[in-house]
Amino acid sequence: MSSRTTEKKKLARRYGREKRFKAMCIGSIAIALLFLALFFADLIGKGYSAFVQAEILAEIDYSEAVRDGKYKMAVDKQMRKIVSRGWLRTLPLHLEDHPELVGTQEAKWVVAISDVDQYLKGRPHKLKPKYRKLVDELKAEGKLRLAFNSYLFTRGDSKMPELAGIKSAVIGTIYVLLLTMLFSLPIGIMTAIYLEEFAPDNRFIRMIEVNINNLAAIPSILFGLLGLAIFIGFFGVPRSSALVGGLTLSLMTLPVIIISARVALESVPESIREAAFGVGSSPLQTVWHHVLPLAMPGILTGSIIGLARAMGETAPLIIVGMIAYIPDAPSSILEAATVLPAQIYTWAGEPMRAYAERTAAGILILLVVMICLNGTAIWLRKRYERRW
Amino acid sequence: MQQNQSNTKITIQDVNLWYGEAQALKGISLDVSEKRVTAFIGPSGCGKSTLLRCMNRMNDRIPGCRVEGDILLEGQDIYASGVDVVQLRSQIGMVFQKPNPFPKSIYDNIAYAPRIHGMADKGSGMDELVETALRKASLWDEVKDKLQQPGTALSGGQQQRLCIARTIAVKPDIILMDEPCSALDPIATAKIEELIDELKNDFTIVIVTHNMQQAARVSDFTAFFYMGELIEFGDTGNLFTQPSNKRTEDYITGRFG
Repeated sequence: MSSRTTEKKKLARRYGREKRFKAMCIGSIAIALLFLALFFADLIGKGYSAFVQAEILAEIDYSEAVRDGKYKMAVDKQMRKIVSRGWLRTLPLHLEDHPELVGTQEAKWVVAISDVDQYLKGRPHKLKPKYRKLVDELKAEGKLRLAFNSYLFTRGDSKMPELAGIKSAVIGTIYVLLLTMLFSLPIGIMTAIYLEEFAPDNRFIRMIEVNINNLAAIPSILFGLLGLAIFIGFFGVPRSSALVGGLTLSLMTLPVIIISARVALESVPESIREAAFGVGSSPLQTVWHHVLPLAMPGILTGSIIGLARAMGETAPLIIVGMIAYIPDAPSSILEAATVLPAQIYTWAGEPMRAYAERTAAGILILLVVMICLNGTAIWLRKRYERRW
Repeated sequence: MQQNQSNTKITIQDVNLWYGEAQALKGISLDVSEKRVTAFIGPSGCGKSTLLRCMNRMNDRIPGCRVEGDILLEGQDIYASGVDVVQLRSQIGMVFQKPNPFPKSIYDNIAYAPRIHGMADKGSGMDELVETALRKASLWDEVKDKLQQPGTALSGGQQQRLCIARTIAVKPDIILMDEPCSALDPIATAKIEELIDELKNDFTIVIVTHNMQQAARVSDFTAFFYMGELIEFGDTGNLFTQPSNKRTEDYITGRFG
């Protein structure tokens, strides 16, 4: 009888331990989710307002003076203080392109200065009381609105926040990412195939393997220094260019791609290789026809995740000068360019308040792109996953 | 017995093999007769699979594996420096312990090897080759309507016959079978054994098996291995009824192994 009660006690203790362990695991997940939720709530709360922007319905006078460079004359004196100066500055060029407009007048929604925008959104601003009154009046008359901020997507960086956009950073990112893919994918996958399928098992190869694993754990800023020394210092690649950025990020991504590709190749069962060799395939045919197709989903997944990491990387790019002020999108890989995370970093350091919401919006856009990339990786894996 | 009047296909002469420092085969010599079934039996780790894998140089892939001695295929040493392993393996096919069809369609499983060896082009020539191979492996009737379905969707026994068909399609002289039935149920096993009986009209077969009844049923000659040594080799009937060595007798009567 007594042995039975001790059994029961033991059982109760075991169940208790299991319950506590499970509760702790759930607790960890809850904490992780909470942080994630806080992060997103904060970003969306700060960033969503950057997607709309204050616009004023202003009378534009396309006079000859405007065409000749006195662009401020296009609107009346009061308006000059609240309509974006940067936008007015584009008028002379616009009139040169469309001479038929000279002498006409037009009521047009034009972008307001950032202080009006911030005032309207109820954020800290530096708008003087008399303009505040003017803005209130315009709003009452329906001549002031918050409209979709298309400049955020169609313009490059600007010293006037109302005109600042991510276009040049996006194009820079695309260049850099394409170059990174171009360099790191073939080299990384070939290296992995050699190490996994062909390399003899000797001390030299083992040393290479250990070093590749170590490289994956090196702080990324060191790759920036390496890029600076080798690509800029030695090979003379133009500073701040997408080319040097792509090369530097390739160095950083290579270990990740090699390691993930090796894992993918390793997970192809040995029986497939035996089957191929057994019917007289050459080593190349075995790899090309059988092993690689089976490993491809894994290789792609790893590569996309590596590239996504490269896309979010800032530190090495700062070192190679990609943190520059780039108002115009680069037209070649040798021109100075910047990337999204670097643009976010630049905006985060700007004192004007309107940049704060643009920073948050930039982060949101970067996150959306990253989620898309990772989603593609998952989709590829599911799509091409095969059983054997 | 009339079976003994057969040419020697493979001559194994004093073969020693090491995995690193460990010696796995010790001075093995035996002859494999043409168009006969030769079975290798013995307890686990006795070297029977190792010897089988020497015969198409599958051991080349294992790091630290070293072979001494001669393995002659029709008088030619397969370990000589000029021998092309890829060609050798198209001459000596292999069926593995676990069915390992390629993750492709049934058709492509068979057609793959003839295609890379340039034995037939796409189209009717290849169709014929695939059909012949599947017929010889007694699989045609079961799969003729689903040739485009994945080979991995077949049952275990069918997969193994598909692997045999795949091997046959290359038209080898010799088929090596490494415990081909160990992953199969008795019915699938019986089918494979039946098949082996038919195949020996065209091919020389060497089969490694754990199952002594199987060796007794399908083989003409049996070799008993123990601890890397060839203990006894001879006519299957004689070996099972009148083993000349004590250890062979102990093993086949189930006293160890």
